[in-house]
Amino acid sequence: MSDEYTENKLEAKAADSSSGSYAPTAETVPAKESPDQELYHAKSFWTKWVFSQDAKVIGVQYALTATAIGFIGLILSWGMRLQLGFPETFSFLGPATYYQSVTMHGMIMVIYLLTALFLGGFGNYLIPLMVGARDMVFPYVNMVSYWMFLIAVLVLIASFFVPGGPTGAGWTLYPPQAILPGTPGSEMGIVLMLISLSLFVIGFTMGGLNYVITVLQARTRGMTLMRMPLTIWGIFTATVLALLAFPALFVACIMMTLDNLLGTSFFMPEIFSMGEKLEYGGGSPILFQHLFWFFGHPEVYIVALPAFGIVSDLISVHARKNIFGYRMMVWAIVIIGALSFIVWAHHMYVSGMNPWFGFFFATTTLIIAVPTAIKVYNWVLTLWRGNIHLTIPMLFSLGFIVTFVNGGITGLFLGNVIIDVPLSDTYFVVAHFHMVMGIAPLMVVFGAIYHWYPLITGRHLNQTLGKIHFWVTFVGAYAIYFPMHYLGFIGVPRRYFEMYDSPYMTSGVGLNQFITVAALIVGFTQFLFLYNIFTSWYKGEKSERNPWKANSLEWHTPDYPPTHGNFGKELPVVYRWPYDFSVPGSDKEYIPQDVAPSQVPTAKAETT
Amino acid sequence: MSKKELNIFKLLSEKPWEASQAEIDNQHDGRTLDLSKAKLGVRTIMVVSTVIFSLFVVSYSDRMLVHDWRSLSEPWLLWINTLILIFTSFVFHKAKVLSDKNEFEKAKNYLFLVGFLTFAFITGQLIVWQHFISAGQYAATNPANAFFYLFTALHGLHLLGGLFFWGKATKKLFKNNFSIAKTKQAIELCAIYWHFLLIVWLILFGLMIAT
Repeated sequence: MSDEYTENKLEAKAADSSSGSYAPTAETVPAKESPDQELYHAKSFWTKWVFSQDAKVIGVQYALTATAIGFIGLILSWGMRLQLGFPETFSFLGPATYYQSVTMHGMIMVIYLLTALFLGGFGNYLIPLMVGARDMVFPYVNMVSYWMFLIAVLVLIASFFVPGGPTGAGWTLYPPQAILPGTPGSEMGIVLMLISLSLFVIGFTMGGLNYVITVLQARTRGMTLMRMPLTIWGIFTATVLALLAFPALFVACIMMTLDNLLGTSFFMPEIFSMGEKLEYGGGSPILFQHLFWFFGHPEVYIVALPAFGIVSDLISVHARKNIFGYRMMVWAIVIIGALSFIVWAHHMYVSGMNPWFGFFFATTTLIIAVPTAIKVYNWVLTLWRGNIHLTIPMLFSLGFIVTFVNGGITGLFLGNVIIDVPLSDTYFVVAHFHMVMGIAPLMVVFGAIYHWYPLITGRHLNQTLGKIHFWVTFVGAYAIYFPMHYLGFIGVPRRYFEMYDSPYMTSGVGLNQFITVAALIVGFTQFLFLYNIFTSWYKGEKSERNPWKANSLEWHTPDYPPTHGNFGKELPVVYRWPYDFSVPGSDKEYIPQDVAPSQVPTAKAETT
Repeated sequence: MSKKELNIFKLLSEKPWEASQAEIDNQHDGRTLDLSKAKLGVRTIMVVSTVIFSLFVVSYSDRMLVHDWRSLSEPWLLWINTLILIFTSFVFHKAKVLSDKNEFEKAKNYLFLVGFLTFAFITGQLIVWQHFISAGQYAATNPANAFFYLFTALHGLHLLGGLFFWGKATKKLFKNNFSIAKTKQAIELCAIYWHFLLIVWLILFGLMIAT
C-alpha cells in the first residue's frame, strides 16, 4: 500500500481538487475553523519575566524552582549517608535530624523535584511548542499554577525554621505517629508539610488543566493525536493520572490536618501516648495508607511516563531511526497509566490485609510488567541497526534503559507477596525504588536538559563537563545502589538511625562507608552540572539551529530560540509524524513534521 | 473535520506513517473534541472535584462502620437550605435559558437572584454550624460530626469559588458592548457548575441523613 505512494498519484489527486470537486489530498489543508488564540502581550519586565504568562518562561521558572529545592534534597541525603556510613562521628546529626532528613529528602525528590520538573518544567516548555500552539490555553491560570507551586515550596522550606523543625514521619506520613509527640516535627512541621502538599495539589490542578486541554484542543492543523511526539503522550497521560491521583493526597492531607489541629479521629485510633490515653479513638490508620498509596502508586508513573516519552524521542533522534512500534509505545503508555490505579496496595502487603486482597494486587502488579517490557524491547529495537550518535543525551538514554531494567526487575521481586514480606522495610526496597524512580527518571531529566538546553538558551552545555557528569553519575549510582540490594538481603532494615552492634552488620559496615563515599562524589558531580548550566548560559558554544537534526516542531520555529508566540505569523501545518529519519528514497536524512509531501517527492513511506 | 468523535480504540489503531492515513490526518484541524476550551476546563474541574468528593464518601463509608459512630440529627434548617439550593439551580437554569434567547436584561435579574440565594444558602449552612456548636457538637465530638463539618465546608468553598466566576459573568452584562457569545458561555458554564454542586450536595446530604 505505502509503496504506491508516488509522485504520480500525488499529481493526480492535486488535479482532482483543482477541478472543483473536493477530494482530500496530501496537500490540501482545510481552512481554520477556530480563530487564532488571543495572546497576552507582556509590556514590562515584570510581566515578561516574573509574573509571566508565557508557557516557556513558566516552564523555566518551574524548572529552576524545582532544581533549587532538589539540591536541598540532595544535601539532606548527604546528612543521612554520613550518619549511616560513619555513625557517632558527626555531632550535628541526631536521631531527630536524621529522620527529618529522610522525610524531607523523600518528599522533595518525589513531588517537588521530579513531578514539578517533568510536568511543570518540561510540560510547560514543550507542550505548546511540540503540538504547534502559541501558548497554553489558559495562560493566566498557568501563571497562578507556578506561583502556587512556589508558595508550596516556600511553606515547605519554612518548616525547617519552625519550633521542632520539619516533620520526620517518613515521606509516607503515616498516622498515628506522624502527628504524635515523639516523632520529630510533630508540632508545626507536619502541619506545614500538609499545607504545602495541599497547595501543591491545588497549583498542580491548575497547571494540569492547561496541559490536558492544550494537548487535546490547541494543536496545530494536521497534528493528530497519533502524530504527536511520544514526549507529549507521556506528559499528557501522566497529567491525566495526576489529576485523578492527587485528589487522594489532598483528601488525606485535609483529614490528617483536622486530626492534628481539631482533634478529630479520621485516622487516629484509640491510643496511649507517653503513658496517657489520648482523646482520639476509632479512626483507621489503614484508611490513610489506602488514600496515600492510591495517590502514591500513580505518582510513580506520573514521574515515569514523561520519562518514558522523553527517552523515546531522545533515542529516536540520536539514533537517527524512527521509533520502533510507535503505536505500541502509545498503547503501553495508556495501559500503564490505567493499570497504575489498581496496584496501590502492593505498598501495603505487611499492613495485615486479607491475603486474597494481596493476591489481587500482586497479579495486577505483575501485569504492569508486560506493557513496561514492551517499551524496553521497543527502545532496544529502535537502537538496533540505528546510526547511534553517542552524544550526551544518548549516553543518558542508554543509562536510563539499563537502570530502568534493573529497577524493574527488582520490582518483580517486591511485587510478589511472599518475597515482599521478608524484604519489606529493608534496604532492598530502598535500592529498588531509587533505581526505578530516582536514578532512571533523573537520567532522562539530564539527557533531556542536554538535549533541549540549546533550544532554550541557543547555546550548548559544555561537553567535557557533560561527559564527566554522565560517567560519574552513572557508575556512581550503581556504586551506591548495588550494595544496598545486598544490605537488604542480609536484612538491614531501612529507616533505622543506627545499627549499633547488630551481629549481621559485620559485612555491612564497610559497605555503608563505601556507599557514603560514592554518594558524596555523585552529589558533588551534580553541583558540577549546575555550574555547567549557569556558565554555559552566557559562555557556552553557540548552537546552530536544530543542532540534533530533529523533526518535531519545537526546533523549527522562525526565531531560534523560540520567542513570544512561538511560531511567528503563521502556525505551522503538520504533514507527518516526528520520526521520519533516513526515509527510504529521500535525499534528505530527516524530514521535519511541517514539510509537505511535495517538497520531498522521492521519499517513500516507511513500512513498519 | 466536521464530525468529532473520540473513539480511543479507533484512535490508537491509526497508522500515522502510512500514506493513506496521512491524507486523512492532513485534514485534521488539531482539535480532538468539539467543545470550547472553557467548557472542557469546567468539565475537567468537575471530574477532579468528583474524585475528591468520592474519596470522602469512601472514607465516610469506611469510618461509619466503627462502633464509636453516633449519627447526627439533621436540623430542619438543613432541609430548608437544601430547598434553597434546588431553587437556586432552577433560577440559574432560567437565567441560562433567557441569555440563550438574548434577553440579557431579564437574565441579569435572575443572576442577581442566584447570587442572593447562594449567599442565603451559605449563611444558612453557617447558622447550622452555629446551631451545632452551641449544642456542644464539635468536630472532635464524633466522627459523624467531623464529616458533617468537612462536607459542608468543602461544598461551601466550592460554591464560593463558583461565586467568583458568577461575579465575572454578571459583570460582563454591565459592560456597554459585551461579547454576546462569551457572556452566554460564561452564564451557561456557571449554570452547569451550580447544577453539579447541587448534585454533590444532594448526594452528601442523602448520605448523611441515610446513615
